[in-house]
Amino acid sequence: MSNRQTPAQDRMQPAAASPLLEAKNLTKEYPGVTALDQVNFELRPGEVHVVFGENGAGKSTLISILAGANQPTAGEIFLRGEAQQLHSVHDAREIGISAVFQEFSLIPQMTVEENLFLGGEPTNRGFIDKDRIRREARAILDELGFNLNPRQRVDHLTRAEQQMVEIAKAFRSDLSVLILDEPTASLTSHETDHLFDLIAQLTKRGVGIVYITHRMAEIRRIGDRITVLRDGRYIDTVDARATSEDDLVRLMTGRVVGSIFPELDLGEPGRQVLQVKDLSTAGDAVRAASVEVRAGEIVGMAGLVGSGKSELLQACFGALQIESGSVQLNGADITGKPPRHSIRAGFLYLPADRRKEGLMMMRSVRENVSLASLDIAPFSNGLWMDRSGEARAVSGLAERLNLSPPRIERAVDHFSGGNQQKAMLARSLTRSYDLIVFDEPTVGVDVGTRASIYEFIVELAKQGTAIVLISSDLPEVLHLTSRAYVFYRGRIQAELTAGQLTEENVLAHFFEREAA
Amino acid sequence: MAGKTAIARPSSGAGDIVKRLFVKLGILPFLLVVALVVFTLMSDNFLTPRNLMNVLRQSVYLMIVSMGQMLALLTGGFDLSVGTILALSSVVGAMAMAAFAAAFPDMIGLAIALGCFAGIAAGVSIGVMNGIGVAFFNVSPFMMSLGMASVGFGIALYLTGGVPVYGMPMEFGNIFGFGVFLGIPAPVYVAALLIAALYAFLYRTPQGRYFYAVGGNLKAASLSGINTAGTLFFTYVLCAFFAAVAGMLLTARLDTGEANIGSAMPLESIAACVIAGVSLRGGVGRLENVILGALFIGLVQNGMNLARIESYLQTVVLGALLILAVIADQIRLRYVASLKD
Repeated sequence: MSNRQTPAQDRMQPAAASPLLEAKNLTKEYPGVTALDQVNFELRPGEVHVVFGENGAGKSTLISILAGANQPTAGEIFLRGEAQQLHSVHDAREIGISAVFQEFSLIPQMTVEENLFLGGEPTNRGFIDKDRIRREARAILDELGFNLNPRQRVDHLTRAEQQMVEIAKAFRSDLSVLILDEPTASLTSHETDHLFDLIAQLTKRGVGIVYITHRMAEIRRIGDRITVLRDGRYIDTVDARATSEDDLVRLMTGRVVGSIFPELDLGEPGRQVLQVKDLSTAGDAVRAASVEVRAGEIVGMAGLVGSGKSELLQACFGALQIESGSVQLNGADITGKPPRHSIRAGFLYLPADRRKEGLMMMRSVRENVSLASLDIAPFSNGLWMDRSGEARAVSGLAERLNLSPPRIERAVDHFSGGNQQKAMLARSLTRSYDLIVFDEPTVGVDVGTRASIYEFIVELAKQGTAIVLISSDLPEVLHLTSRAYVFYRGRIQAELTAGQLTEENVLAHFFEREAA
Repeated sequence: MAGKTAIARPSSGAGDIVKRLFVKLGILPFLLVVALVVFTLMSDNFLTPRNLMNVLRQSVYLMIVSMGQMLALLTGGFDLSVGTILALSSVVGAMAMAAFAAAFPDMIGLAIALGCFAGIAAGVSIGVMNGIGVAFFNVSPFMMSLGMASVGFGIALYLTGGVPVYGMPMEFGNIFGFGVFLGIPAPVYVAALLIAALYAFLYRTPQGRYFYAVGGNLKAASLSGINTAGTLFFTYVLCAFFAAVAGMLLTARLDTGEANIGSAMPLESIAACVIAGVSLRGGVGRLENVILGALFIGLVQNGMNLARIESYLQTVVLGALLILAVIADQIRLRYVASLKD
């Protein structure tokens, strides 16, 4: 594993160390686009091989071909040295290649065991053999050490548990290659630990893991080798432990990048913009939270997924029902007012899930950017739209945020994740806001775009906007905020000022119970 | 990359152009060309100015209903009660007009105005119910409009006892049903006016954009400060308004108020929209295409009449066309993914 900087195609190895899975000169062409250009990839038994690259680099295309979901225009795939033709996910599964994509292939209304055997139900004289399903489901779950009830409906499970079901599904047949596409994107750190334990068990048994992630910390923790793709081309395969973060970013973007976090040289915070007192939401997602945000500061909200950090700001914004407590914006009471009112009062919330809550995927960038400001100039005179004013304003923003390609009439769906995020963030510049809440602004976004999003946020704060940054990514909170609140089970566990913002301090409050 | 695709293209030159046109324009232009050619070959009387004007006049009612239906589809729903709205407005409008005309025989103009108002108000009230159900109680548009279709139809039958309503002033039919000004039938003017108004509203005002936003992503629209419940409510009220206007125009043409007109409207209006590329998933569709879609259906019906195709078989053709359009839409989606722009 010390052969870093050696392109894979030059490496001819003896049969003994033969790779488990090998792809040679994989090419995938769409009309007008070459998504993959003669990419080589090699997976050894028992290794975790990270595929790394910016959004649109070809990672998804590569794994969808390896998993049989997509067919290459040219190139070959070998499993244990034998050439394979994968016409479908089913074909791939038959020979032991299984993938867990970000979008799960589970039927929410069915139980865990029904999902596990979907499409391959054992039968007894033409009828489904329920006893056998139950037995075998139990056996698979026990073997994997998953604490799941096979008879529970999938839609009653947490996202992490659903992911376990998805992984367990891969075990129905003999598994030799497991492909994981950003599996930790929505997992809590505890669930992530569990997943990594499982991966360690699998690699011990000789299963090869293809792992896609944007998170450097994960690469450090479980990666053995990293293959970097850029613009659909193979760049290099390197040793995960011996390669620095800067090197990786350089390989990925093709340029030298320093730290991805910008200098945080904010002045003294100004007047109070947001004041929340004893706020509780229906269903106890947030309990008696009090928060204050001032002009020109970036306030972090840290905590596990579901700890209430996101719900608190949604409630302030008007997207979630408030049970008790008060919210003041610029000294005026906005408790329980709808988002429409908050936006007009200068308070914008940008949601975490851009596909589900942020963007109209089939509409153009232009319409998506201007959506929240159609009642004011330059987008309209209040009554009639100003279409050329709108096009001019959005073009300007697209240029400022480096939208690529800079085509504002193209449907958002046809942009990469990072550029979709830019289209949503551009909304914060269509009106003058006093307070902007960024909820997980860099989820599923490549490192290059992440750096520019951070710069963008700091720039806004420098201009005097009050910023709230909700994030499950700890380094983000540590490097980008001047003050942070840590949430635990709906309560604010701690408020940490700049001097106290260390990893240990924040983590200590992630799990601790009722200390504050 | 550019070099490769340039090499790949000539091999499928003409096919590729057709494919690009299909992705850009949808199935409708192709269907129009096919229909024009086929019917011109089948009947000498088809491609004459007189007949084409006929097609336009006959399509007006469907066109107006389709405009409303398009709004419902844009927001991600649909309205199955448009037929009932047509019927109810026809019956109520005719009864009110006849009653006013009998009570005040000298004020024909007022009777016509009040009758139209009553008819349209009755139709819109169905839309108000639809809107309340969909927007404020989260009833699925399917159930809501299906239920209201039954309610409205029942009321229309109850009011009339199933018999046509007579007694409207002659002038109503003469003007709004059979009137011709500068060689163009009166209903066409009404439709043109409505089209212009809806076009300006949809594409020149923020609220017009909000219909697309609500259908495009309800949650995103709400978080962007759009009054989503209000927009949904308004959608069904407007949809009912258009259907009710069509109902009054049709009443003028028939000279009677009837409870069983418009039964084909839900299917035909949805077909007109879908053929015109309005997405059933919401958020996508253009008004000008919907107008063409309605015209196309009128054209096909007229052509089949001239070609002496039995009316029962016409229903078969219409249903098949609707399904064909949906299939074409799916194929188009696949191409869109590969062509991008």
